Amino acid sequence: MTTVFEKTPMLTDTVLHYCPGCTHGVIHRLVAEVLEELNVGERTVGIAPVGCSVMAYNYFNCDFVQAAHGRAPAVATGVKRANPDSVVFTYQGDGDLAAIGTAETVHAAARGENITAIFVNNTIYGMTGGQMAPTTMPGQITQTSPYGRDIKAAGYPIRVCEMLATLDGTAYCERVAVDCVKNVRAAKKAIKKAFEMQLAGKGFTLVEVLSTCPTNWGLNPVESLGWLREKMMPYYPLGVYKE
Amino acid sequence: MSKRILIKGNEAIAEAAIASGCRHFFGYPITPQNELAAHMSRRLPKIGGCYLQAESEVAAINMVYGASAAGVRCMTSSSSPGISLKTEGLSYLAGCDLPAVVINVQRGGPGLGSIQPSQADYFQAVKGGGHGDYRMIVLAPNSVQEMYSHTCKAFDLADQYRLTVMILTDGFLGQMMEPMTVESGQLTVDSEKDWAVGGKRGKRIVNSLFLKPADLEKSNLERFERYKLVEESEPLHEGYMLDDAEIVVAAYGATSRITRNAIDEARSQGVKAGLLRPVTVWPFPKKAFAKAAEHARAFVSAEMSMGQMIEDVELAIRCRRPVLLCSRVGGMAPEPKQIFDAILQADKEAAR
Ligand SMILES: Cc1ncc(C[n+]2csc(CCOP(=O)(O)OP(=O)(O)O)c2C)c(N)n1
Ligand code: SF4
Repeated sequence: MTTVFEKTPMLTDTVLHYCPGCTHGVIHRLVAEVLEELNVGERTVGIAPVGCSVMAYNYFNCDFVQAAHGRAPAVATGVKRANPDSVVFTYQGDGDLAAIGTAETVHAAARGENITAIFVNNTIYGMTGGQMAPTTMPGQITQTSPYGRDIKAAGYPIRVCEMLATLDGTAYCERVAVDCVKNVRAAKKAIKKAFEMQLAGKGFTLVEVLSTCPTNWGLNPVESLGWLREKMMPYYPLGVYKE
Repeated sequence: MSKRILIKGNEAIAEAAIASGCRHFFGYPITPQNELAAHMSRRLPKIGGCYLQAESEVAAINMVYGASAAGVRCMTSSSSPGISLKTEGLSYLAGCDLPAVVINVQRGGPGLGSIQPSQADYFQAVKGGGHGDYRMIVLAPNSVQEMYSHTCKAFDLADQYRLTVMILTDGFLGQMMEPMTVESGQLTVDSEKDWAVGGKRGKRIVNSLFLKPADLEKSNLERFERYKLVEESEPLHEGYMLDDAEIVVAAYGATSRITRNAIDEARSQGVKAGLLRPVTVWPFPKKAFAKAAEHARAFVSAEMSMGQMIEDVELAIRCRRPVLLCSRVGGMAPEPKQIFDAILQADKEAAR
């Protein structure tokens, strides 16, 4: 019998707690596969955020530090400076990376901190039950924008890749999506490139992954993928923003 | 071999950290601790260390959290408003049982307050400050020499008990220049950190999240077992004319030095006054106070705060004697005369 598919050993056997149709799991697998392919698992330290992926430390088969909400880039900085041989990545949601942790994100990038940020943009605060996020789009309905995000009151969303691309310390940032096979492949390529650049000591790398939150979007998994394509992609265009 | 040098308190702390093997410092500018960070920025790059000016105190303490998780000796320093920002990190450090050394060169508050010396962060340091049940060992030096020796001790205690040790000092001691003896051979050896991440030693997790309440309770209870050991083994105090004192003045840090003059004055006028100086403010030297209450008729708590340490004095002596407050705040320091008057007042009160 030939084995045609195997789970990467960089993921543990722990059953993921994510909701059905949530693409956090897909992104986990891509990161894990890349770590395995680069053969760096043993010296990798992941930084878990506060958000739905808080328990990433249970899923990845590498060392992990759980960080306070938004502080993952600062924690990653501490780990990397203490042990420059380690491969360090943060895994953060949009609330974590682009609201409470904006300062930590921008300055880790500005310093050219040699770490990789995996930024999961699902336009919403998933873990706390679907509140408006810094990436919630104009008109988008959430628990705390029940009439749709009113830009007069709540302002505009932040396009993280575009913003970070202006910084000299950012070595690489790309926005990808995990809505279909083709894009999943491209996402993996981007993630691999980010880690390769870290290994080459190039500086701050970030991959923004457009991701679904069926539970808080109030859509089923298939509808969610459609919504991601139709609503998110025009507002958050895929592509390389800094290289 | 020992060497005698003239140095500022803030710089003495920096030198002590380096002597203790600390090679990672994360800070953010704030007066009156700037000389400390500046000294680190001069020294660390020359010895293969890392000085990093963070974007905020929040980031700095979280860098300490990361570096400590990776197993190195590391430190951050700040002054009152900056320490408020660090409290989130202090709670996480405690929740993960990570060792760290944090310096607070206190200034007047609340709010932006002043840049002058103060002791008004006492509660924040010894009662918590951040969320959740946790403790820090808090050392209160009163000379430049002790700024050095306490910092060396802080790194050892932090590793030994896996907790944060704070040096609670103030703008006086930070800015003051004094001669100091540097003992060679004070460098201590890092203990094996079998919990540190990033070293090909099997999967390791540094985390303070517990989904099951029973697990979280267990982790709290285990931590408090360690705190109990600290409370049994680590309280330190210093007495001055204490053994026969009828009026005992409690004072720590810079205030304890001013108090000595008041004690001398009182003694010269026939009042049996003495000083009981907590050297560790947590653990508070409760036994020393209980013992002093056996011969003391009254206590005075001399502090540059509106009556914070006085609560620990009252608790330690179980309110068996009157305790008077003698305080100046806002960047003002008590003069010996004010403490002397408080001693006479306490003497009168005890006679009633
Ligand atoms: C200091 C602090 N503030 C608020 C929270 C509550 N909180 C937990 S998760 C979260 C939002 C996470 O959203 P996001 O980063 O978008 O990640 P997602 O859950 O969508 O993956 C918030 C606000 C917290 N844990 N700590
Ligand atoms: S709440 Fe949303 S982001 Fe969180 S696991 Fe469920 S679907 Fe995923």
